[in-house]
Amino acid sequence: MNDRLHAEVRPVVNESGLEVQPLYTAADVEDSGGLAMLGSPGEYPFTRGIHRLMYRKQPWTMRQYAGFGTPHETNQRFRYLISHGQTGLNVAFDLPTQIGLDSDDPLAEGEIGRVGMSVDTLRDFEVAFDGIDLAKITVSLTINGAAAILIAMYLAMAEKRGYDVKQLRGTAQNDILKEFIGRGTWIFPVEPSIRLVGDTIEYCAEHAPKYSPVSVCGYHIRESGATPAQEMAYAFCIARAYADEVIRRGVHVDEFAGRLSYNFNIFGNLFEQVCKFRAGRSLWAKIMKEQYGAEKPGSMWLRMIAAGGGGGLTFEQPELNIVRGAYYALISALSGTQTMALCSFDEAYTIPTEYSTRVSLRTMQILIEEMGLTETVDPLGGSYYVETMTNRMRAKMEEIIAETDAAGGIVKMVAEGSIQAKVSAQAYQMQRDIESGAFPKVGVNCYRNEKEDEHPVEFHPYKEEDVRVQIEGLERVRAERDEAAVARTLERVARDAAAGANVMPAIVEAVKAYATVGEITKQMVGVFGRYREPIRF
Amino acid sequence: MSAAAAGLAPQPGAARERRIRILLAKPGLDGHDQGAKVVARALMDAGFEVIYTGLRQMPEAVARMALEEDVDVIALSSLAGSHLPFCRKLKGLLEANGLTDKLWLIGGNLPAQDHDALRALGFRGVFPTGSKLDAICDYIRENVK
Repeated sequence: MNDRLHAEVRPVVNESGLEVQPLYTAADVEDSGGLAMLGSPGEYPFTRGIHRLMYRKQPWTMRQYAGFGTPHETNQRFRYLISHGQTGLNVAFDLPTQIGLDSDDPLAEGEIGRVGMSVDTLRDFEVAFDGIDLAKITVSLTINGAAAILIAMYLAMAEKRGYDVKQLRGTAQNDILKEFIGRGTWIFPVEPSIRLVGDTIEYCAEHAPKYSPVSVCGYHIRESGATPAQEMAYAFCIARAYADEVIRRGVHVDEFAGRLSYNFNIFGNLFEQVCKFRAGRSLWAKIMKEQYGAEKPGSMWLRMIAAGGGGGLTFEQPELNIVRGAYYALISALSGTQTMALCSFDEAYTIPTEYSTRVSLRTMQILIEEMGLTETVDPLGGSYYVETMTNRMRAKMEEIIAETDAAGGIVKMVAEGSIQAKVSAQAYQMQRDIESGAFPKVGVNCYRNEKEDEHPVEFHPYKEEDVRVQIEGLERVRAERDEAAVARTLERVARDAAAGANVMPAIVEAVKAYATVGEITKQMVGVFGRYREPIRF
Repeated sequence: MSAAAAGLAPQPGAARERRIRILLAKPGLDGHDQGAKVVARALMDAGFEVIYTGLRQMPEAVARMALEEDVDVIALSSLAGSHLPFCRKLKGLLEANGLTDKLWLIGGNLPAQDHDALRALGFRGVFPTGSKLDAICDYIRENVK
């Protein structure tokens, strides 16, 4: 029947390169592999969800990305979001913090507090999280190059406030391999960077077993130009690289895999996105069970935050981004993600305002309270289309993983820059397709306004005053701290780094002595060196 | 980093009229390079010679490379909001190095209210998000002396 229908319409291929038929039937499901990988929610291979009752028991966590200026200002925004019903925090750091520079470093000039909160010492964390109950609100730190230091600060801050670190939940992004592909906040070369990720996973497995030390990001790889199938396949390759690093040290997969989490992107075709998540969930479970011998179900879970991605939003007619955001949230809910974040409609312009982040938060709340998205698990399960496409997306991801392995593996490809060149060539083609109209984008290449409206976007101001406040705060900490303790702990960081020991215990000691992000980073740069970007086109 | 490594090597014995040379830099600490790389490819496809710097270039490095590479165009891609302080610093360095006769461009996340200030600093071509690749190429062809 499809042959006859096909003859009447133009062919459609989704971004991942799979043909989309005008109609799906039970025969298509069978052809694609049947329901062998479907299973039940909460059971291997978890296509339908990692928990039995999913949102019926507990809706997704809502965790908008926030942070700017000084820790005090960020604390105010956190309190605002929590007062409006947000259930987790997702902390943005400024660029100097992200690449291990102190606020008074000459290279940090003009960047302090600009795209996130500025952090120099443990004191800044004490201020940023003041009054926030860390047992109720889970905190995600969007930090990568300097992750080992900021994780140490978070654990030290919680301990100082009397929380039992063994019970502490939370997440750090800490996915350095994707920073080399996109986002760019690397510090050290590839090999020691992977070692540091291994150090944090190993340390947390022992000292903070409920803390998720890594959130592997397909998100930024997608933003850099990857297709949805590549986004997930490359993320799995990266997660395997970290797992291999930890297992090499003699840690059993079930001791840490349950705390690995993921961060994925949502924009583009609704069905391709939903099937990406369903397919990825079962593929990750299969990889962990069959390739790594994981036995605990938690080790096989694809726990994830899915975020409505900036890549889908447009500069033109920004109010349309509110509508896109609502669809992205719907996709996220239909996909069974654990945590949801939405890019705000003004993100193509500025740091989101209180108003725009509230709109994003309410968008998610409408799905929960009005639209019935939490009532039934995997509501699209059983659709001929969704089941067929889920099988095809899984096969596509397996194909990409096999290609990556055959090319020498993701670590080699990142180090030589070949993955970067591949996704950037795709981004270029996509931009050409958008400009030619071959890839429709409402408000951009079709349905444009004759004249763009005056944009209803309020700009987030950059306050020079914050820079002074931050640097004065740093100087105060430096004047008050015990310099001998700082010198001693910093020396241990360098010694342990050089000896190949796990550097986390030394970093925890150093942050407790109020050593700065920049000082600790310098110790490690002295041993590891700095990354040099391979430039390939 | 060998910045020139990314450029297309000059053709020995090629036509006397050399191709337009463009330094494409990522200023400051911003790590968003998807746009810069897309523009680099578009410029290469359009027949320009492109020297892409890679991430985290300070104003001093941009001015030095512009001088050493003897470029006709100095182009920046900025997405993290620090374009004004960066361009203020770079302007002085480009002037000190005698590069005022070159075409200075900037693209990226540049709010409309900053465009006049950027032009006043000498960045004649301002290409905010939403600019077309061909428009950038055409502008360079028309404005390089």
